[in-house]
Amino acid sequence: MSLPLDANPVLRRLREFDPQAIEDAREFRGEITLFIPVARLRSVCEFLRDAADLQFKYLSDLTAVDLYPSELRFEVVYHLLALEPYQRLRLKVRLPGDNPRIDSVVPVWPGANAFEREVFDLFGIQFEGHPFLRRIMLPEEWEGHPLRKDYPTTGYR
Amino acid sequence: MPITLEKIPGQEERVILSMGPQHPSTHGVLRLVLELDGETVVRGLYDIGYLHTGFEKSFEALTYSQGITLTDRMDYLAPLSNNLGFCLAIEKLLNLEIPPKAQWVRVLLTELTRIQSHLVWLGTHALELGAMSPFLYTFREREEILNIFELVSGQRMMTSYFRVGGLALEPPLDWLRRVGKFMKGFPRCLEEYEGLLTKNPIWMKRTISVGAISAEDALALSLSGPSLRASGVKWDVRKAEPYSSYEKFDFDIPTRPEGDVYARYLVRMEEIHESIKIVNQATQGMPEGPVKANAPHIVLPERESMKTSIEALIYHFKIVTEGFHPPVGEVYQSIESPRGELGFYIVSDGSPKPFRCHVRAPSFANLQTLIKMIEGRLLADVVACIASLDTVLGEIDR
Repeated sequence: MSLPLDANPVLRRLREFDPQAIEDAREFRGEITLFIPVARLRSVCEFLRDAADLQFKYLSDLTAVDLYPSELRFEVVYHLLALEPYQRLRLKVRLPGDNPRIDSVVPVWPGANAFEREVFDLFGIQFEGHPFLRRIMLPEEWEGHPLRKDYPTTGYR
Repeated sequence: MPITLEKIPGQEERVILSMGPQHPSTHGVLRLVLELDGETVVRGLYDIGYLHTGFEKSFEALTYSQGITLTDRMDYLAPLSNNLGFCLAIEKLLNLEIPPKAQWVRVLLTELTRIQSHLVWLGTHALELGAMSPFLYTFREREEILNIFELVSGQRMMTSYFRVGGLALEPPLDWLRRVGKFMKGFPRCLEEYEGLLTKNPIWMKRTISVGAISAEDALALSLSGPSLRASGVKWDVRKAEPYSSYEKFDFDIPTRPEGDVYARYLVRMEEIHESIKIVNQATQGMPEGPVKANAPHIVLPERESMKTSIEALIYHFKIVTEGFHPPVGEVYQSIESPRGELGFYIVSDGSPKPFRCHVRAPSFANLQTLIKMIEGRLLADVVACIASLDTVLGEIDR
């Protein structure tokens, strides 16, 4: 890990709040990615939203990446935005391929509702505490989750 | 079975109305499920996915350059904005510098796209609230802009004109005169639309204090773009994180405090005025120079040099048959599309095809606020609220 990243105020504040909150931190093209343990996601998100000097009040985007066949297979990706002072932050949570579950962030940012439904629909990741976790793009009776890497692009499933 | 509203136990039975997906005022194939008490909406939910085509899966099977054609087809009212977002994301991944002329042409064309998209919104919005004539006028002017797109790229709508490293081809010699001619006449047309609607008593009755949403709710529900600015939040990606040399242009971000349908109307009308300012600045100050970056392993060579230079021929063969290899990494690039924050999240594993490409579609997030707007309002207001959000279903469903 390089020095400038460790000096970043968001990382410093987050480590002060919870020394175990960050598993790993990376920087690429000026964008900071923090890896958060799955059990601490909700508390970290609430802290980032409410801390007076951070104010990540806006959830820009929520999605997932399938790293099949490696394990831990899934990464759930959160793109946060603070308007004052203006900055962006990416959070990532790694999940196993077998029965992937994660806490919903709808209680933190209500705007996560549709995004989490989309990830549930297309990746098959369960969001615990989501108010209406139903398929959003595909019909209810659809089998499989198309954005998983073991789901073919063409031909029969 | 399509989704529906579950009955709340112990409550008296009310009418459940399924509105859409084939409904003229839902702007495409949007389906709403509304629980009605008389004419008042008690609860509501939306049902989408009727246009789902799996673009995000298709991106993974195409090279980066091929993917550009898919972006046109997501937000079909603003193809050039989508081209720009996707190209900027890849260029960020590649760390590629774009020549100034290409950047300015991109700004000019995306602002024309914004005007064109807002004209469609204005026409259909007025049409749905019973005013027929603005629709006919706005589509007349929109056709002029589409003619400019055709002149430049060869296509009216599915342009695919922005490419990784610059533009697909040099714009024709005479095009800035065409743009200037249109821009000279257009402000008068805009006055005409505003004259028809802004002080129109019926229009004001149908829109003022309808579907109001506060700034806190709007931010919590990830609303973005003109609809967010109509709730009093002064945030525009063009100003906050300037891309494609937007920092060199002088323009304002119009906001309104009310957050209702009328405020969203006023903000978008003001935005058209600001876009005119940007287009005029871009026309007058257009720099000279190449329109493609000097990166032979990424940008296709000129036709002429392929016939004379062996390197150019080899590069052409490599790019067409295999594509280019970006470094391993991930980027998120957002731009201000006519509808709000359009983001592209690209994960690269070093191969010529994106490992994962996710699109943060502004309409997809904005639609969530609709339910908050319509609960407790009349059924007729639902139509005004849908129109004022200016959603495009092609982008929502992807």
